[in-house]
Amino acid sequence: MSGGADVTQVRVGESAAPPSRTGWRAVRALYSGNARIVVIRGLLATRTSNWVVVVSGFFEPVFFLLAMGVGLGTYIGDVELPGGEQVSYAAFIAPALLAVSAMNGAVYDSTWNVFFKLRFAKLYQTMLTTRLGPLDVALGEICYALLRGVAYAAGFLVVMQLMGLNGSWTALAALPAVVLIAFAFASVGMAVTSYMKTFQQMDWINFVMLPMFLFSATFYPITVYPEAIQWLIKVLPLWHAVELVRGLTLGVADTMTLVHVGYFLVMIGLGLVFATSRLRALFQD
Amino acid sequence: MPQTSPEPVIRARGLTKTYGAFTAVDAIDFDVAPGESFGLLGPNGAGKSTTMRMISAVSRRTAGELSVLGLDPETHGPEIRSQLGVVPQEDNLDTELTARDNLVLYGRYFGLSRAVCRERAEELLAFAQLQDKAGAKADDLSGGMKRRLTIARGLMNTPQIFMLDEPTTGLDPQARHVLWDRLFRLKEQGTTLVITTHYMDEAEQLCDRLIVVDKGSIMAEGSPAELIRRYSSREVLEVRFGSDRNAAAAEEVAAIGRLAERVEVLPDRLLVYTPDGEGALERVVERGLRPTTSLVRRSSLEDVFLRLTGRSLVD
Repeated sequence: MSGGADVTQVRVGESAAPPSRTGWRAVRALYSGNARIVVIRGLLATRTSNWVVVVSGFFEPVFFLLAMGVGLGTYIGDVELPGGEQVSYAAFIAPALLAVSAMNGAVYDSTWNVFFKLRFAKLYQTMLTTRLGPLDVALGEICYALLRGVAYAAGFLVVMQLMGLNGSWTALAALPAVVLIAFAFASVGMAVTSYMKTFQQMDWINFVMLPMFLFSATFYPITVYPEAIQWLIKVLPLWHAVELVRGLTLGVADTMTLVHVGYFLVMIGLGLVFATSRLRALFQD
Repeated sequence: MPQTSPEPVIRARGLTKTYGAFTAVDAIDFDVAPGESFGLLGPNGAGKSTTMRMISAVSRRTAGELSVLGLDPETHGPEIRSQLGVVPQEDNLDTELTARDNLVLYGRYFGLSRAVCRERAEELLAFAQLQDKAGAKADDLSGGMKRRLTIARGLMNTPQIFMLDEPTTGLDPQARHVLWDRLFRLKEQGTTLVITTHYMDEAEQLCDRLIVVDKGSIMAEGSPAELIRRYSSREVLEVRFGSDRNAAAAEEVAAIGRLAERVEVLPDRLLVYTPDGEGALERVVERGLRPTTSLVRRSSLEDVFLRLTGRSLVD
């Protein structure tokens, strides 16, 4: 092709505009059914990212498990579950760390990385000048963000299996559970981030995440708290994540599992609605 | 040349955008014909970009009528965006991707297939003279290359209307000329261009017709030559007397009679609007005035703007 390529020659028969259908207009203004390409864009960009940093995220919960579960656990002994079963301290905290790794991976990509793309790279602004709608962008970015959380968690689940910390075949169901958890955290992470304007505001996210990590019945049963505090903890998403995963890996899942799943479905719905409407307000106002 | 067509591709009537108490675009009317190269000329903050964003269906109008390709952006945003190529004021390339991937991905945002996008990306890399840089990260390109890539990207969906917001701001003269050449080619091929600029020479080079906007309103409309004929003289004599003496010299210069149709006092120089620049300069010297420098030039859109608004375009 010469430097003076004739641009009219390449007008391909494929039209960028699908025929319009009335009634669906409101939905189609938000969604072009092409969230997939937003995920693909994320994966393409990941190829150039720093893999040492990405891989290091996997080791974080492994180190916690070794130091606290195995090391500290020898002093603690077994933990008694609400149903009366005794499990090792490592087996008690491992599912909690699994939930945390899903959360951390999803939150990292849906907060700091989204903040950068939103405020500095202007990526979403560019995407929204095309056929893509705000729901394509929100859904695509959330799905991309949950991938990291799921990858960390899947690796950690293998570590748990190798260390003999999975007490039941239902541990297999922990993987889809982790996808659900990562999806929920990524949705809310993206929604919250879309309202952030400064780095100081972004720091609040860490301020919320750390205490939630420490106090959501991660390292000891929730029964150590007085009842009022217990209710407070039970409102937080990480408690639901920990309980959901713990029930599955230890084989003590009960009807509460459905409550946890419902909690995350609501989180996903709210996150998507807020992230989508915020993107629309910011870039298609 | 603009084709005569009964159906304009863009039609605005009383188009208005307000942000709170601030009116960015104040009830403007204009039409853009198919294949026309249409310019919005005005200083920063005149409302050019806001108008562009409303046409591009990424900003909702506050009042008035707007039709783009026969559709209302309010109800048919996705359909309109599918048919538009957009080159924003600031290059917002995907800095994490290569030049080629920038093009391919952008095409795929429109829902075009991978095969189509790949083929088209190669053609546009050639069009933008970036074949050698196809595998380079967008972040590593020079300013002129980034701009050309942004323009190539805007053509990925073979747009019917190509919208360029300040296409050459911040580029060196050589890069500007390369870019103008590329835009000429598009124009020759019949693409409708809508261009904002605050550079007079750019508007004169690229636009068949333009509107001069200031503070959200249209001050004048016409081809560059028409506007110059209507609002300025044939030639302009620029004389400098030193910044503290320009104002005093202005009265003397105005007194040279019919050769000084109008005298504008700028902080650093006087502009004498005249049918005959050399003749006017002779008269000035005859009156015993000794300008430190003098220059005779043809009238430009800059003069039109100064006449219409009392201010220079580029501060």
